[in-house]
Amino acid sequence: MELSKVRSREEIIAQFKDGQTIAIGGQTNQYMPDRLIDCLLESGAKHLTVYSIDSSDPGHGVSLLLENGRVDAMITTHVGTNPLTNQRIQSGLLKAEFNPMGTFIERIRCGGAGLGGVLTKTGLGTVVEEGKQVITVNGERYLLETALHADVALTRCRRADPIGNLTYSGSSGHASHPVVATCGTLSIVECDHFCDLGEIGPDEVKVPGMFVDMILA
Amino acid sequence: MMNNRDFIAKRAAAYFKPGDVVNLGIGIPSLCGSYAVSGVLFQSENGFIGIGPKAEGLMVNERYANAGGVNFVPVPGSSAFDVAASFCVIRSGRLAATVLGGLQVSADGDLANWATPGRAFGMGGAMDLCNGAKNVIVAMELVAKDGSPKIVKECTLPLTAVRCVNHIVTDRCVIDVTGEGLVLSEIRKGHTVEEIQAAVEPQLIISPELKEMEED
Repeated sequence: MELSKVRSREEIIAQFKDGQTIAIGGQTNQYMPDRLIDCLLESGAKHLTVYSIDSSDPGHGVSLLLENGRVDAMITTHVGTNPLTNQRIQSGLLKAEFNPMGTFIERIRCGGAGLGGVLTKTGLGTVVEEGKQVITVNGERYLLETALHADVALTRCRRADPIGNLTYSGSSGHASHPVVATCGTLSIVECDHFCDLGEIGPDEVKVPGMFVDMILA
Repeated sequence: MMNNRDFIAKRAAAYFKPGDVVNLGIGIPSLCGSYAVSGVLFQSENGFIGIGPKAEGLMVNERYANAGGVNFVPVPGSSAFDVAASFCVIRSGRLAATVLGGLQVSADGDLANWATPGRAFGMGGAMDLCNGAKNVIVAMELVAKDGSPKIVKECTLPLTAVRCVNHIVTDRCVIDVTGEGLVLSEIRKGHTVEEIQAAVEPQLIISPELKEMEED
C-alpha cells in the first residue's frame, strides 16, 4: 500500500473533469497554488464552478482559468483587482455570486467541517440578505449562510510531510489556504518544502494530514 | 500644504490610540498607517496583525502581503493566522476601528462603498468590518468628482451595512453620526458652515464645540 500522498503531475491532472466545483486558496495574487492551477489548465476541464476570495490579476492565478473560458460560475468576495472578470460578468460569460469575505470563509469552513451553515449578522439589510433565511436567536437577527463543499480543493502551504501534515507562514502564506484545504472531496496541495515524516512536529501542524489527499510532487 | 488624501488620512488616524488594533481599507484609508501614534497594530483580512512598512529589496516576501497585495515587513509582536480567524477578530468587535472609503453615507449612517451600476467589483471584507469594528470611520472627499453630494438622505447605491458609520472624515470637515442626526464637529480653515451644508443633502446639526481641523 502506498502511504505517501505525493503524486506526479500527470496523476493530478487526471483528477480534473468537466463540471467540477473547484475551491482555490489564496488572495490578491500572492502565494497562489500556481502549479496546481497549471495542472487544472492542462487537464482541459471546463464548465467549472470556482470558489475563490478573488479572481487574481489578469494573466495570473484564477484569472488564467477565466481567460481560457474554463469557468462558468464563481462564488467570490470581490473582483476589483481584475477588470477582465467584470467584463465577463457584464457580458454574461460568467455567473458570479458575491459573498462578504467573512461569510465566504465560514461557508467554506462549514463545508469542510460537516456543518450545514452558520449564522451571521453580516449582510443584514443589504442585497446579501435577499432570498436567505433570517433566524432569530436570543432576540438577535442573523442570516443563515449555508456550507460550501467542493469536488476538489487546490491550496498551497509552506511545508508538507508525506502524509499531508501541513504548515503555513505569513499573511498571504496563510490566507484562505488552511480552510480551503478542508472543504474538498479531494484535497490537493502544493508545498514550498517537502519534509520527512516526523520532521514537522505535532505542535507545528496547522492542517492535519487526514484532510489532505494528494501533494503535488 | 498637505494634499487632500493625506490630510484626510491624517485626521482619520487621530482616532487611533496606543494598543488599538485597526483595519485600513484601500485608497485614502491605506495612508492612515503613516500618521498613527506608535503602539497601534494594523490588521489585514488575509490573516495578520502587525502589518509594518512596505517591504523593499531582500525583505520582499510573497507570504507577507497585506489585503491590497502590498508586501510588508512585520512589526515585533505580529501574529499570522488564516482568513477564518481573521474574520473572527473582525466580527467579534475586537477591532478598535476600521477606516474605509465611501461612495455614499446616509443621514442614518448607512454606508454604500462596494458597487456602482455596471461595475460589480464585490464587497470583500467591508460588510464584516462595518458590522464588527467598534469605530467605523469613513474617509472620503466630501463630494463626488462631478460635485454631487456623497452624504445623502438615503443611499441609492447597494449598501455595505446599515447604521454602521460613526465618523465621516473629509477634505473639508468631520461629521459625526449620532442618534440625533449628523453633527458637523470640525471644519477646515477657509470653508464655511453654509458651504458644507450646501454640499450635503441631510440637515446638519452644528456642534456647539465646532472647531477648526488641524493643519500640519
